Amino acid sequence: MGESNFIIELSHISKSYADKTVLDDVSLYVKKGEFVTILGPSGCGKTTLLKILAGFGTATSGEIKIAGADITDVPPHLRPVNTVFQRYALFPHLNVYDNIAFGLKLKKVKQDEIDARVRKALKMVGMTDYEWRDVNSLSGGQQQRVAIARAIINRPQVLLLDEPLAALDLKMRKDMQMELKDMHKTLGITFVYVTHDQEEALTLSDTIVVMSEGKVQQIGTPTDIYNEPVNSFVADFIGESNILNGEMVRDRVVKFMGSEFECVDEGFGENTPVDVVIRPEDVYIMAHTDSGMFDGVVQSCIFKGVHYEMTVLTPNGYEIMIQDYNAFEVGQQVSMIIKPSDIHVMHKERVCNTFEGKMIDATHVEILGTQFLCSEQPNVVEGESVKVDVAFGKVELMDNKEDGQQVGDVRFILYKGDHYHLTVRTAEGENIYVDTTDVWDDGDIVGIKIQPEDIVIRRA
Amino acid sequence: MKRFFAQAYLWLLLAILYAPILIIAIFSFTEAKVLGNWTGFSTKLYTSLFTGGVHHSLLSAIENTLIIAIVAAAISTVLGSIAAIGIHNLRGHKRIVMNTLNNIPMLNPDIITGISLFLLFVSVGITQGFATVILAHVIFCTPYVVLCVLPRLQQMNSDIYEAALDLGATPMQAIYKVLIPEIKPGMISGFILAFTLSIDDFAVTIFTIGTGGLETLSTYIYADARKGGLTPELRPLSTIIFVTVLVLLITINVRSQRANKKKKALGK
Repeated sequence: MGESNFIIELSHISKSYADKTVLDDVSLYVKKGEFVTILGPSGCGKTTLLKILAGFGTATSGEIKIAGADITDVPPHLRPVNTVFQRYALFPHLNVYDNIAFGLKLKKVKQDEIDARVRKALKMVGMTDYEWRDVNSLSGGQQQRVAIARAIINRPQVLLLDEPLAALDLKMRKDMQMELKDMHKTLGITFVYVTHDQEEALTLSDTIVVMSEGKVQQIGTPTDIYNEPVNSFVADFIGESNILNGEMVRDRVVKFMGSEFECVDEGFGENTPVDVVIRPEDVYIMAHTDSGMFDGVVQSCIFKGVHYEMTVLTPNGYEIMIQDYNAFEVGQQVSMIIKPSDIHVMHKERVCNTFEGKMIDATHVEILGTQFLCSEQPNVVEGESVKVDVAFGKVELMDNKEDGQQVGDVRFILYKGDHYHLTVRTAEGENIYVDTTDVWDDGDIVGIKIQPEDIVIRRA
Repeated sequence: MKRFFAQAYLWLLLAILYAPILIIAIFSFTEAKVLGNWTGFSTKLYTSLFTGGVHHSLLSAIENTLIIAIVAAAISTVLGSIAAIGIHNLRGHKRIVMNTLNNIPMLNPDIITGISLFLLFVSVGITQGFATVILAHVIFCTPYVVLCVLPRLQQMNSDIYEAALDLGATPMQAIYKVLIPEIKPGMISGFILAFTLSIDDFAVTIFTIGTGGLETLSTYIYADARKGGLTPELRPLSTIIFVTVLVLLITINVRSQRANKKKKALGK
């Protein structure tokens, strides 16, 4: 593929404030005319990335090219991009006409051409005859239309949209989504759209970039991202899903919830731990029968408009979410079937916590910036570098942060059917992964404790 | 009954507050040399105030006062607005420090400001006169302008500056075309406030005016009173100043009320 195919080339962009890394080696290549959505939860770095593209922020390292030209150090007013802001950012002292004409007036475009282009832009966003209105008198949706007109009138090569619909109500949001998609087709401009709304991303985009913790998790078409999520984060973030621990027994056979299932995945090796993802709509539920693949009891059943959302508890203690057009009563015995092609098997990113550590003496090791007591090691040299493994289930979390050996905050919670898999960020900025059946909330400050016998030391 | 006493108390308070100025205003419409003698209604003092002659020095004092007030208010409006933009863009800790540093000169007694400026000018060797008075007034007016402009900046959608850059404005153009129109009401209020503070000031002025014969209204009245008895023309003058300040104050209040109403209308 030739270089000229890409309108935007972001190479190895990193951004950090003081000791906090917001973007970690992000690379992204966008084709001309594409509708790209950067999707992620708040704080994942998506807005920072957009600001770097617009020129309002600078990357700590990395290179940005637009249409082949290096614009890494070009100030925002000289970049061939325009932005639609989340809070509209219209100029309150100017009327609709002057807001839209702002960019053209700066470029000293002739007055009659400005007139014509403003009228055309207003028509494009469905706001004909609003020229002389005070922008403060417009509704949120109308203000956002003016903001879009103000950006596209400059005929940018790339239009950046920073959660443009987040402040609108649901109905208006749906309408605007369709209009944006039409606009994208008509204008032929490359759109880079930032949102935390996965449904919006699936509806609008040609390509979705899923981000988390400053890193790109997956880039792909909406169908790819939905059907073939690369890891449990993407699976959890895009749509609803059941994510379970499993083991690839051999090619095309995966074991989870205590039984073996046929699947279509190959090449994982034998007896490899994996994550299994099953979409709630892919589980077929029926009244109890002997021909089901597994059984369960309905725990809850909620009507969601088109379908019912049910949780089913299996005899060996797994909760499975199921969506179906038919409702089953709470307490009813049911049986389930899953098609082999609907079982998505993913490599586990890790099977236990692994830390870089340093021996202090025969019974102490330093990990996560703190001394931990460990089982006695023979012939220890002080300061010896070691690798330390701690199983997910062996990390204790305490309410009272003073009770722990380290303090951390809960960053990400994944429900795995019968337990929670938490990502806890320590004060030093290291991640520790914890399996627990206790319920914690996102952002909880917790004490972290590890028993000496659970610290497994691997020495070179 | 309770209501009656509440009302009476209010009126009593207002009467005590405004009695002095009312007496001056009433006695400005009579010719008597000594305050307190009523010798019939006359506007002679008003006409003689502006016909010069004997009162040439009073008129030049008024002129000096106005020039100093306008120049000082203009300079402090510019400096204060720039400072406010700077403070607004600071984050966290630094912003609190700068805000406090800005507030201290306002709480500092004028007499201290006056003495310290006097000492500064003398030690640096600046000849005292017009320039030093203006400089001194700029110094104590600027923090008030900052205080008027900051709330406007806080109300502003912080994205609009970036939006202007995004649409092709250079940083300077963005400030002129977007930022200044947004904070203009605050700048106007700040200017009016600085103007009245400057007209009003005595303590700082007396220490920075020097011995070159320069007089402002406040120093003139002070000298006049010390010479024995106030010049009768000061009565109409005080009245005029009071009415002017009153009008300015009402203007500021009406402006801010209108802004509030507009904000409320937008809020719904």
